[in-house]
Parts: sequence; C-alpha cells; structure tokens
Amino acid sequence: MNHACAIKTENLGRVYQIKRKRGESGPTTLVALEDVNLAVRHGELFGLLGPNGAGKTTLIKILTTLLTPTSGHAFVDGIDVVENPQEVRRRINMVSGGETCGYGLLTVEENLWMFTQFYGLDSKTARERIQSMLEVVGLADRAKTKSYHLSTGMKQKMNFARGFLNDPQILFLDEPTLGLDVQTSRILRDFVKRWVRERPGKTILLTTHYMAEADELCDRVAIIDQGKILACDTPANLKRRLQGASIFKLQTTPLETLDHFGRLPGVSQFVGHRRNGHTELNFILEDENALVKVLDAVQAKGGHLLSLEKREPTLEDVFIHLVGRGLSDETGD
Amino acid sequence: MNNFRREVMVFLRTVRGRAYPRLIGLQREKSWMFFEIFLPLLGTSAFVFIYRALGAKPEFTGFVVLGGAMTAYWMNVLWSMATQFYWEKETGNLALYLIAPTSRMAILLGMALGGMAATTVRALAVLLLGSLVFQVTFTVSNWGALVLVFLLTLVALYGLGMIFASAFLLYGREAWHMANLLQEPVFLLSGFYFPIKSLGFWISAGASLIPITLGLDAMRQILYPQAGWGFLDVGTETTILALLSVVFLIAAHRMLLFLENVARREGRLTVRGQ
Repeated sequence: MNHACAIKTENLGRVYQIKRKRGESGPTTLVALEDVNLAVRHGELFGLLGPNGAGKTTLIKILTTLLTPTSGHAFVDGIDVVENPQEVRRRINMVSGGETCGYGLLTVEENLWMFTQFYGLDSKTARERIQSMLEVVGLADRAKTKSYHLSTGMKQKMNFARGFLNDPQILFLDEPTLGLDVQTSRILRDFVKRWVRERPGKTILLTTHYMAEADELCDRVAIIDQGKILACDTPANLKRRLQGASIFKLQTTPLETLDHFGRLPGVSQFVGHRRNGHTELNFILEDENALVKVLDAVQAKGGHLLSLEKREPTLEDVFIHLVGRGLSDETGD
Repeated sequence: MNNFRREVMVFLRTVRGRAYPRLIGLQREKSWMFFEIFLPLLGTSAFVFIYRALGAKPEFTGFVVLGGAMTAYWMNVLWSMATQFYWEKETGNLALYLIAPTSRMAILLGMALGGMAATTVRALAVLLLGSLVFQVTFTVSNWGALVLVFLLTLVALYGLGMIFASAFLLYGREAWHMANLLQEPVFLLSGFYFPIKSLGFWISAGASLIPITLGLDAMRQILYPQAGWGFLDVGTETTILALLSVVFLIAAHRMLLFLENVARREGRLTVRGQ
C-alpha cells in the first residue's frame, strides 16, 4: 500500500469499433467511457452507480486488465494496468454478479480450491479460507456437492466466495447481488461491509444499479451515465444537493400521456412510469407550491390521485436530477 | 530469488489446479473408457484389414497400431487443449484465469497433463489390444532412443497445441473451424497409418513441421529397424524434434502474450458467442 490511491483513472476512455457489413449504415464506433477521472482511496468502499450500458463493466474490465483503454490511463495500487498487468493481478480479484465459475463435475470446495491454485495458495491456507467463505455465503453444508447440482443462486454464491479467496488488496464487485434473493443479498452486503471495515487498507469498487445498495454500503459514490462521470461524493453529500428541492411521488389512475408533466412551471425534473393498473409520477419541484399545478394537470388529464408521498431525496432522485431520467429506464445504448 | 520461487510455486500450483478437473473427471464420468478405448480401436482395425487384404508385410500392421496409438495425442492436443479456451470463454472461466497472476502456459500445461492421463490410457489400450488382436510384435532396438523420441514428440506437439490455443484468445468460431480443418489433413500428412516416406521427399519435409510426423517415423524405425521405410535417420529426426520443441514452446509463449494483448485491445477476451 505505497500509493495514495487504490484506484486512479486519468481521462480514461474506451471506444469500441463496430464492424458493419458493406452497405450497412449506422455508427462505426461506440463510446463506452469518456474522460473518466476517478480517485478511490485505500480502505474505501466505493460505488459506481449507473444504468445498464453506462460503462460500469467496461471500467471494471479495464481495471482488472481484461481490456485496454483507447485513451487515458488507469492505475491500480499505483500500477499502470496497461504497462504492468501482471503486478495488478497480484493485488486484485473480481466477482461479476449473475456469473458462475468452475466445472460442474467438481464439488463446491474442489472448484474453489482450483481457483486458489492460480494464486499460488498452499492447500492448507486454501482450505481454511474456503471453509470460512463457505460459512459466510451459507454453502458450508454444500461443500461436497457437485456444482452441477447447485441452483443458480448457489452457484452465484460460490462465485462470490471465490472472489475473496486470495485476500485481494482491491476487490471489484460488478453487480454482485444481481438476481439473488433479498435475504442472500442482505447477507452478502453485510459481509462486504464487514470485510472492508475489519481489514484496514482493503478497497472495494462496487458497481450497481441498485440505489439502496450503493446508499447503504458505499463511503463514496460516483454516478456514471453514457460513459461519463456526472458526480462523485458521499451519498449524504450527493443527496444534500437536493436539499432545497421538494420531492413527491404520486400514484394516479392510469394516464394516457405523461410528457406534459415535465413542462409544468416549478417542475425541475419528472419521471413517470405506467405500472400495473396505475401510473407512478416522480417529481422534483422547485418549491411545494408547484404541487398545485401538478395536481391540476392530473385532474385535467382525467386522472384520480391514489396516493401522494413527500419524501427525502434518494440517490435515484440525484440521478434523475443529473440525467433527467430514472436509473431503471433504458439508456438506449 | 524470493520472487522467482514464488513464480515457480504459482506455476506449479496452477498446473496442478487446472489438471485436477480433468483427472477427477476420469473417475466421475467413466463413459470415457468406451469412447477412448473401444472406438479408436475400430478405426485402427480398419487400416490393418486393408493392409492384410493387400498382402502387405507384417510390419505394416505394427505401423498402423503405433499410428493409432499416437492419434490419441493429436486428438488430445486439438480438442482438449487448443479448443478448450473457446469453452472457457463461453462459460466465463477464461476471464477468471486471465485476471489471476499466473502463466497462461501453466493453465494450458495443466489441461494437457490432466488430459494426458486419459489419452495415455487410450494410446496404451490401442497399442496393447491392437498388438494382442493382430499379433503384432515390436522389437525395440534402443529403449533410450524410443523414450527420448516419444517425449520430444509430446513436448513439441503440446507446444504446437499451445500456439493453436492462443488463437482462441482472439477468435471464437473461426478458430474452431481451423481446428476442424486440421484434424483430418494431419491424419494424412503425419502418416498415422502409413510410412511418411511414401508421400515423397518434399511433402514429407513439409509435413515434418507437425511433430508427430517425425516422432512416428523415428519410433517406427526404432521398432522395425529392418523395414527400411524411414524418411530421415533417427538421429536427424530426433535433433529436428528437439529443435521443434524449443521453437514451438518459445513461439507459444510469445503468441499467447501477443494475441492476449491484441484481444485486450480489441475487447475480445470476454466476448461470448463469437
């Protein structure tokens, strides 16, 4: 831990070439990352929050040496990921949510043992760590089960355990709770928090599109969209940006059109969704007086108010405020 | 020195770790015995019957049985090592191998050694059963030379396999097609079932780039010194095999590094369904 930053990027960019057949129109490049500048301190649990296609996974692939940037620089523990990838690999590990690992014919502990060998762990240390991680993820009683007998969730838990076995200095968690049930997600989140707190100097970079996860876990959060970092601060500071604003969530009977709500006077941001049997309207208002106009507009469209909630700002509101749409909305890229 | 020792330990443990699934698979899925022993014997038998129908000398039966045994190693290199990176990429394991601070050659060597257990059983089965069924007698003129040629053939062959494997870091199905294309022509060019000399000097010389060509020819000469069907003398073939071993291993190391870097640049290391 000789360097001020665990992770640092300088004007990092990545452009993918898109191969098109002759005569096929459309762009020939896709900008996945553009001028990304990040500095993650040692011991931090740092969150990267953004919708699908925002560039989170591309950034992780660059930092874990699986991809090279097309511009700028990236450093992990002060080491350039392009110049010296092997040194970077000694310090890291990665878990991608929704992924499994290993071979179906091997048992859970055999699969995990195999991965420890790629880090040169002796078998005694490996088995101790495997046992301890299997207890964390609740797979201790499945240690001798062949992995093709495991459910998808259990395979994901095995993959999660794998990421901690080499005791990495810097761990990349790419949507680690994707597709897991609520209880398992909670257990894994608690462990991640404990792992960083109890081991000074260990760093985690977590990507997620679950706001609550980022809010609960992260010391700092960077909001990323379409390859650009839009904001980077503690969750509390990010939410403080909306301190003066009034945030309302309304549920109404189904409404045909929603476009006009964003243009009402006093509405600074608006996101609406048609849900099963009702419409949900989320507003960030300049002041509470604007609510009258909103309610009038609902009535004018023939809608009836089902519920009205004034709430504290969340990271999703910050995202809406910065981007003009919700995290769950498709980005189109 | 500590760094060197650490590197060596990581290398050896990686080999052990990656060989393990192959070895344990042999115990847990025993169906391989049927496919790896009985079926290859059928293919070899066909050529024996052809030679016998043509009234060829008994040595030719020995040539075929030896060729049938060595086929196993070529198949192992092609399908259990070279193309394996394709499957690893599709299952998501490749990315996990590549982010580990270990040598790619160690991973491939682990695959090779793990797979070699089944392959050697297959080769021995063809050799022993073939010898029994067709009453083949081998007279080993020089055991040391035979073992040396066999080992050099394997080293060069698996080096070549590592070069093929590097292509799968960059390509997907394209490399798969290449492996398919290589299978049958190599059966012909390396003289699995006939003495390579019968292809003429220049074709034989070209085919000698495939290590198993010279390996087989040298082993046949050692086992049947009187047959007079050797392409080059055993000493020359052994020297070329030693050179090929060194060249292929160095080339494999460089190709793995080079194509991994190209694949990282082009973003192909983790692209699935290529």
